[in-house]
Amino acid sequence: MAQEIPAERLTGLESRAREIRRDVIRMTYAAGSGHPGGSLSVTDLLTALVFDELNIDPAHPDAPDRDRLVLSKGHAAPALYAALALRGYLPREELLTLRKLGSRLQGHVDRAKLPFIEASTGCLGQGIGMAVGMALDARLARRPSRVYAVLGDGECQAGPTWEALMAGGHYRLANLTVLLDRNGLETDGSTEALMGIEPIADKFRAFRYHTLEIDGHDFPQILGALAEARRTTDGPTAIVARTVKGKGVSFMEGKHAWHGKAPNRAEAEKALGELGGSLEASGP
Amino acid sequence: MSAPAKVESLRDAYGQTLVDLGDHDPNLAVFDADLSGSTRTALFGQKFPDRFYNVGVMEPTMMSMAAGMALGGRTVFASTFAVFAAGQAYNFVRQSICYNHANVKIVATHGGLLVGGDGGTHQIVEDIGLMRGLPGMTVIVPADAPTTRAATRAIAGREGPAYVRLTRENLPTVTDGSFAIGRAAELASGTDLTIVAVGAMVARGLEVARELGRVGVSVRVLDLASVKPFDEPALLRAARDTGAILVLEEHSVLTGIGALVAATTSENYPVPVRRIGVPDLFGESGDPWALLDRYGLSVERIRDEAWELLRMRGKVQ
Repeated sequence: MAQEIPAERLTGLESRAREIRRDVIRMTYAAGSGHPGGSLSVTDLLTALVFDELNIDPAHPDAPDRDRLVLSKGHAAPALYAALALRGYLPREELLTLRKLGSRLQGHVDRAKLPFIEASTGCLGQGIGMAVGMALDARLARRPSRVYAVLGDGECQAGPTWEALMAGGHYRLANLTVLLDRNGLETDGSTEALMGIEPIADKFRAFRYHTLEIDGHDFPQILGALAEARRTTDGPTAIVARTVKGKGVSFMEGKHAWHGKAPNRAEAEKALGELGGSLEASGP
Repeated sequence: MSAPAKVESLRDAYGQTLVDLGDHDPNLAVFDADLSGSTRTALFGQKFPDRFYNVGVMEPTMMSMAAGMALGGRTVFASTFAVFAAGQAYNFVRQSICYNHANVKIVATHGGLLVGGDGGTHQIVEDIGLMRGLPGMTVIVPADAPTTRAATRAIAGREGPAYVRLTRENLPTVTDGSFAIGRAAELASGTDLTIVAVGAMVARGLEVARELGRVGVSVRVLDLASVKPFDEPALLRAARDTGAILVLEEHSVLTGIGALVAATTSENYPVPVRRIGVPDLFGESGDPWALLDRYGLSVERIRDEAWELLRMRGKVQ
């Protein structure tokens, strides 16, 4: 699994992830609501997918053979929007319209409004089922598309999540990779205090997933796991990515209160200072 | 007067039509949730095993999977009992299918009280209301096998989500099968009263209309199989021409087509409307047709309400 990854590839991903985190803060501050905590925890996973792993092309968003990303934890929309803007799918200026009336940037991702959004999600436990359907479709049509589903850990308390995971394992969908943003916190507190999901990796294994456990903020580990998923041809892969809610902003890290609360101006400025940017200017 | 009507299974009509559609569209796929023998999707599964997914008891996720598959450009049918399709899976139909504009056709069997022996848990009488409230959803309630065949083809040929409610019991043929989405079928012409009905109640409505015809009362019967979109012009024409409407449905009277007809007429052309449907109650086990009588959907009740409306309008003494 260990592979040599060129330094410039890593620094490119790291700088993009920082830019995305800055935009997450700017967007949620401008919106006055939203989900910064889970957006910041999933940022590195999304950065690796959108800038390194996925076979996608902003010039041809409808190409049949493109890879599909389904953000089953649809509330991490700000991180995905920021990544897509950076990748060229929408103008950066539009990011600040998040959650505003008439905006294409809905509070939870909406495929009818934006290119690249493969599935509208928000109510949990559904994106993963849609991803399974997409993977079945690609296999039936003999398309090379791979499908990536990003799950939240609170979402793993929902029964239908396990229905869908069961189906992915049953159909041995080697073109399906499930990434779990295991930040440990949901709206009201820690997942293990509310309704424990551990041992989560064992659960994925029991559901017939080739299961990897990584640090979800370590790009060599993320890229290595995604490469291993691609090499796995006898069934689906699950990547349990241990992450930190609010990653990159000291006062948000590990605090469930930042699941669904936007920063005020002072908090946004402080956060952006830590992330090497400011409210007004685009970061370096 | 007329020859006894042919009695046919709506489910057989659906399953056979699905096979025909599969012959002509190699991209059509079908899902079921462990009820393929009852829903008749097994007929498709036997002929096209590669495009048939029997996912076991996971109706909510079946809807999400069907949606994900449809977003790749396929027409996808998903079948199970109505209580699971509209009830168990409601928010999955709402978000994965309707909010995503996924081209999924839900054909639900075993709607209403006619489920019979399985009892109140399985007799959903709320599904039409639930499905009709979803933006973008087409809702169809066939009264017989010919309409089931035509409706299955019609929804396959129309992009977007659809919900078709079939009944478990075989039903007499009452239409010529010339169903079209958005159009009500006038099965009997008349000027004194209009009976608007869906599903199994259409035949009962026709029975009462024939009976009244024999004593000189002229009753129009509209089959409102296309519940959404529904034929508002035909309904308002009936209100104007006959001045009174009696609605029959094997569905909760709170949220079904009676509510639709009453709201539409009162906003546009107010006339007396009586709604015969299932009262605010759950069903129970029993002989299917005896259940209809027990819950107020009997021919006698229809006859009584019809006379009441006719008296109210001064059409009879």
